[in-house]
Amino acid sequence: MDLNTLWFVLIAVLYAGFFFLEGFDFGVGMLLPMIGKKDVERRAIINTIGPHWDGNEVWLIVAGGATFAAFPHWYATLFSGFYLGMFLLLLALIVRGVAFEFRSKISSPGWRFGWDWAIAVASFVASFLLGVVFTNLVRGVPIDADMQYTGTFLTLLNPVSLLGGLAVVFVFIFHGANFLSLKLTEGPRVKAHNAAVRNFPAALIFAVGLFAALYFTGSAFSEKGALTLVLPLLAAAALVLSRVLGGQKKEGWAFILSSAAVVFTVAAIFIALFPNVMISSTDAAYNLTIHNASSSPYTLKVMSIVAAIMVPIVLAYQVWTYWVFRKRVKADPKSLTY
Amino acid sequence: MDLVALSRWQFALTTIYHFFFVPLTLGLGIFVAVLETLYVRSGNPVYKRLTKFWGKLFLINYAMGVVTGIVMEFQFGMNWSSYSRFVGDIFGAPLAIEGLLAFFLESTLLGVWIFGWERISKKLHATVMWLVAIGGNLSAYWILVANGFMQHPVGFEIVNDRAQMINFGALLGNPRAIYLFLHTFTSGLVTGAFFVLGFSLYHLVRKHEVEAFQKTFRLSAIIGLIATISAVGTGHAQAVYLRQVQPMAAAAAEAHYQTSDPADWSVIAFFDKTGKKVIWDIKIPKAQSFLYYFKFSGEVEGIDNLQAKYEEQYGPGDYIPLVALDYWTFRIMVAVGMLMVLLALGALFVTWKKYPEKWLARSGWLVWMIVLPYIANTTGWILTETARQPWVVHGLMQTQSAISPNLTAGTVLISLIGFVLIYAVLMGVDLFLLLKFAKAGLPAADTDSVLMQGDRPETKKGGK
Ligand code: HDD
Ligand code: HEM
Ligand code: HEM
Repeated sequence: MDLNTLWFVLIAVLYAGFFFLEGFDFGVGMLLPMIGKKDVERRAIINTIGPHWDGNEVWLIVAGGATFAAFPHWYATLFSGFYLGMFLLLLALIVRGVAFEFRSKISSPGWRFGWDWAIAVASFVASFLLGVVFTNLVRGVPIDADMQYTGTFLTLLNPVSLLGGLAVVFVFIFHGANFLSLKLTEGPRVKAHNAAVRNFPAALIFAVGLFAALYFTGSAFSEKGALTLVLPLLAAAALVLSRVLGGQKKEGWAFILSSAAVVFTVAAIFIALFPNVMISSTDAAYNLTIHNASSSPYTLKVMSIVAAIMVPIVLAYQVWTYWVFRKRVKADPKSLTY
Repeated sequence: MDLVALSRWQFALTTIYHFFFVPLTLGLGIFVAVLETLYVRSGNPVYKRLTKFWGKLFLINYAMGVVTGIVMEFQFGMNWSSYSRFVGDIFGAPLAIEGLLAFFLESTLLGVWIFGWERISKKLHATVMWLVAIGGNLSAYWILVANGFMQHPVGFEIVNDRAQMINFGALLGNPRAIYLFLHTFTSGLVTGAFFVLGFSLYHLVRKHEVEAFQKTFRLSAIIGLIATISAVGTGHAQAVYLRQVQPMAAAAAEAHYQTSDPADWSVIAFFDKTGKKVIWDIKIPKAQSFLYYFKFSGEVEGIDNLQAKYEEQYGPGDYIPLVALDYWTFRIMVAVGMLMVLLALGALFVTWKKYPEKWLARSGWLVWMIVLPYIANTTGWILTETARQPWVVHGLMQTQSAISPNLTAGTVLISLIGFVLIYAVLMGVDLFLLLKFAKAGLPAADTDSVLMQGDRPETKKGGK
């Protein structure tokens, strides 16, 4: 495997990690006002992701940074091309981030109500936009010979990408509900389970719909043969199995399987892309590839060494934090810290 | 306004805003870690309460630093895509390493610190805070390596109109980046120290928890004095180095037009409408040579001569930055720096005199010293970044060609307005919360749980 391929894989792994981890905390964010009816319940719900969401978000930051370092043209075309989408994504991430920190600082119900809904709406907007962005990434967007995006914001909002947005939203809600059933106790745990049951049909329908749309509208998906057919099927199967095992109170398995569904989906998207990083709908000759969009071999080499050292260390301490906070969170004022 | 101007405004505003929170994170993080270490060492619960008190203020500020930082990371691609294509090879690397090495560390472990009081041992908990503080300062180093390259490019060659890295070591050891880091690190400490000093004074004046706040007053006076002197020292060293590698920036900061030996030093200057020509000034003979060479002679290049030299080297054009802005931001930073040295000395004197009543009663207004480091930090960055203009990467790429060509001014105007609005609201909320908790004083000694600490004052008053 040459270094360009290695970095493509690494970036795929970073996005997969991001979607898997931040996926459940976006889901938890959207469920917050639905499941948590009392303040102490909401605090318990937030505490399930409290220690983790910021670390999870860094996966996105590093994915962005890695794209910049390894494939500067990809970073440049994507971020400038999807300008308004990125801007809205930033607004959502800003609001969500401060809301977690600010909501408990004042006890007035109005204040908390406002920030809790801000968390929910921002989590929704961010999930939806990510779905739109990644769907467009595999479907291709108008790009000219100078690697410049030539469409507008509205070009990005086509039926398939909107479907992609919804698929991501509902899969995240389902995934988040699975996480909550695993992390909460008693009443809230039951409510989380019910939320998983209730949102499952939408998650499955939109996800399968998205795969079908990608497959049958002549995108990169249908040109890749077996793998891009098998991985979506596996993702759908994992989703169904997750629901089944969740129904049997095997919450750990349910969560692992919804995680698998997310990871399979990201894998399918990146496999469909490869060896392109951005597909031009104007002319395939204008595609950005892992070769014409990349940094010099020297930079890739330096970055590979750094990544080889750092990635295992990061993984080790992130796993450690999940170990430290492995206990279920009880909605009881005495045991809740922060 | 055109696309470039709007993008520059957006970048400048969002960056200055980000850097409003950054220095406090850098400095206060170290304070909190020191306080927690004192707690672990002594077992004295007052240190735990102090840790939680300053820790809470740290967290409120930190959240703002994080969310505004993500904007920075995206903006290079969004608004400056030509720049990103041109330097991605070199610039992306430290940015990605910053994430891998520093952001992961600080963000992951901060979660453990906030929620882990009862889950991990005291010692480990304090270690975690140290790692968070170190992670923050590490991240500063990496981003300043990136910025240092823009100021003084090293370790690269131009291939196919793109800058390619050929020497990673040179990039990391870029003296310009090292000076930037040393000066920024010390400025962070100054910011933390004056923040702690100011709010400790606030409580001492009101005789709240006198014993506890005397502890942080003394600690911040000592660290503050060392840090301000170091900030002045590193600033001076940076100025001397700037003279060698970015002579135009240094000349603009001094409004020095004609190359001369010895060179006079301008104390006050007024500029015409363009901001590039002096109409009236006061100068001290030979003093500039002294500042840069420690003797009353030595050649100092001037703006006009440099302009002529650059035209020869790079072709016709205006290579003069906005002199008035650089001249005044430099003077404000330096003046504020000097003032802070005096204030820190004064604070030490007060602790040595055992906090005389008479003095405390009259010094409530001195709490305002908290804003001084913010002034110095902001003027410092405005100087650094605008004195480099018209270059975005010194000598290699001009700011106007760094832009994303596919954007329209209207699009950028939308995002600019959006950022301004949301940032204004958040600044209000942030200041409100910081002041509320800073004034509320220490949390009770017995609570390990920080739960709903926000409620406590209100619920006592009968709730809202
Ligand atoms: C001298 C220090 C310094 C400077 C010049 C900058 N930053 Fe910063 N940044 C930090 C020091 C810092 C920090 C201390 O590490 C922060 C601030 C508060 C915090 O939470 O971390 C941070 C947060 C922060 C984050 C969020 C990280 C997280 O989630 O933990 C990102 C993505 C960036 N920054 C990116 C940037 C970029 C792209 C910059 C270039 C213009 C930049 N920062 C300038
Ligand atoms: C956090 C501290 C910083 C502050 C307060 C700051 C401030 C500014 C300001 C005021 C400008 C506008 C100059 C002008 O347009 O005349 C600017 C420009 C710029 N800065 Fe910084 N800067 C900071 C750090 C950085 C860092 C660390 C980088 C890169 C790693 C960077 C990259 C740029 C770029 C690309 C421009 C050009 C765009 C423009 O001219 O607006 N800045 N910065
Ligand atoms: C008399 C004392 C000082 C001198 C001589 C000095 C000098 C300088 C110089 C020469 C620059 C760089 C300008 C450029 O790169 O174009 C700078 C930047 C800066 N200064 Fe100072 N400074 C002093 C005090 C301070 C203090 C007390 C603070 C903050 C507490 C501060 C904060 C900054 C910051 C944040 C920057 C931007 C980052 C950097 O360039 O390092 N300065 N200063």
